[in-house]
Amino acid sequence: MPDTTQPATTVLELRVRNHPGAMSHITGLFARRAFNLEAIVCVPEADHATSRMLLLVANDPKLEQMQRQLEKLHDVLEVRHRGDIGAGYFEALRW
Amino acid sequence: MQHTGATILRTLLERQGIHTLAGIPGGAILPFYDALHGSGIRHILTRHEQGAGFLAQGMARVTGRAAVCLATSGPGATNLLTAIADARLDSIPLVAITAQVPQALIGTDAFQEVDTYGLTLPITKHNFLVRSIDELLETIPLAFTLAESGRPGPVAVDIPKDVLNARAEISVWPEPGRRRATPPCAATEIDALAALLAGAQRPLLYLGGGVIGAGAAELARALAHHIDAPAVTTLMALGTLAADDPLNLGMLGMHGGKGTNLLMREADVIFAIGARFDDRATGKVAEFCPQATIAHLDIDRAELGKIRAATLALAGDAAETLTRLLRRLPAQVHPAWRGRAAELRAAYPLIHPSPAWEPLHPVNLIRSLARLLPDDAIVTTDVGQHQMWVAQAFPFSRPRTFLTSGGLGTMGFGLPAAIGAALGAPGRRVVCVSGDGSILMNIQELATLADLDLPVAVLVCNNAHLGLVRQQQELFYGRRYSASRFQSSTDFAAIARGFGLRGVTLDPEDDPLGQLASALAAPGPVLIDIPIHETANVLPMVPPGAANHLTITATEPATAHA
Repeated sequence: MPDTTQPATTVLELRVRNHPGAMSHITGLFARRAFNLEAIVCVPEADHATSRMLLLVANDPKLEQMQRQLEKLHDVLEVRHRGDIGAGYFEALRW
Repeated sequence: MQHTGATILRTLLERQGIHTLAGIPGGAILPFYDALHGSGIRHILTRHEQGAGFLAQGMARVTGRAAVCLATSGPGATNLLTAIADARLDSIPLVAITAQVPQALIGTDAFQEVDTYGLTLPITKHNFLVRSIDELLETIPLAFTLAESGRPGPVAVDIPKDVLNARAEISVWPEPGRRRATPPCAATEIDALAALLAGAQRPLLYLGGGVIGAGAAELARALAHHIDAPAVTTLMALGTLAADDPLNLGMLGMHGGKGTNLLMREADVIFAIGARFDDRATGKVAEFCPQATIAHLDIDRAELGKIRAATLALAGDAAETLTRLLRRLPAQVHPAWRGRAAELRAAYPLIHPSPAWEPLHPVNLIRSLARLLPDDAIVTTDVGQHQMWVAQAFPFSRPRTFLTSGGLGTMGFGLPAAIGAALGAPGRRVVCVSGDGSILMNIQELATLADLDLPVAVLVCNNAHLGLVRQQQELFYGRRYSASRFQSSTDFAAIARGFGLRGVTLDPEDDPLGQLASALAAPGPVLIDIPIHETANVLPMVPPGAANHLTITATEPATAHA
């Protein structure tokens, strides 16, 4: 029976180095560790040296493991769990 | 002074203290090979890029320092991939430098173009595509820092040919990349660990390759004796404890001793150090040490709780953490528990025929080999039955004397790694124990060995089969053998002679161990082909997917060696 108190998805916020390989490193990590990545928003910061990303991911027991794997990536400078941003944030971006 | 990207790369490697490189030249990397003229760096020309990758790994595994392999673009780079992935799974510091087609041609399907960055991305600790000389100056030192810091691993650096040819004035060189210190654990964590171990009745240490990586083998020995705790090691940690140490219970897991696997189930506290609860070590993980409270120390925080939740999980360097732990942990004695360990070890010895009856039974062969070698000899293996027989029977007693492909399980590792080990540890005897299946996967490196005339002996345990495949088909696939028997036999001694090396085939009917001794006594490289029984199995064995206590110690009478 699904746990109704826990939303099925949650949001991670990353600050990453802004270069062509960073996105591949992050999406590749999710694919090869078999962890769902449902949506991504990526925006360069003002200096264009770094970007901020929001990832909509599965809210399951492997989440902490994924956060730790993300923290190991050289291009990932910071990982924050943003439980305060709901999946609705991504819904609003639909066109 | 005016430099090119290629001379900058050479200078950065020199400043990094790199004195030996392994690789193969080709179109895109020619500027760098031209820049090697006049350098003190020695280049080892292997015969396949995978050989260069494993040769560099051999150097890295004996020294603990990052070693460098080189390849050109396209097939040169793809041929390196297996060695890079292997370094990743065994946490070996490696800097793999590949050349790429000029940037103007990237994305055009140019000659020898392949997306090396994309291919190395999932198998490296980090990878770079260098787009300018400025980036080159930053990237090379950083590659060494990343390869050696924290949990070591491979770093790939892909450099387009136009970057190697670009010119620049360099007045100030960047500092060489150095290993960064790992942040220490909190004092409260060490206190909690000390309290957990002090309260244990049946403590057990589970040591992994991270202990050797951290240079913490002496400290792990000291801890075992300080708290009177038996210790088990993974394949990657063999040599951490002396083979004759009464607290050394040897290897756990799929081909570990039955007594070792049974003892683990009785422990009340298991302290895992630099070990990652790999499936070959734990067996069915849900039934791994169900009674034990687990403490887990690893330099990689992502390993904590990845497979098995730990009651106490510490992220830190093993040497630094164990030094602090030992200072605040009172000495203990556990005579009953130590007695139980000795009892189980005695109850389940390695089963093998007597040496007089069957001197070339693999267990007897490996033990005889050990007696013929100096204490500081380095043993590499390939992958398969021979690898497990070496792990079970060779009395490893020093760290970094056993080099094997543990995580990736790469056949073809042994010979080039042995050459690298001989280069990295000059003056020491190196033996590559291989099989007739594995040796053919990188046999071309016998030519490299002939070039270098190093003290490397290659022992081919020849059963005319892919032995471990044959064994699994016998035990778990109803003896339906499939593609595990070689239809033609290969004269390996003649092949060795063809490369200009000594080649010997042991005659089992005429004092084979005496022949082995004389073959090893002569200096320089040699290949020794050793016929072994094709039905010999590696036992004990935990069936894949089963719990460790369900280990099989004998096969059916038709094939058992009692």
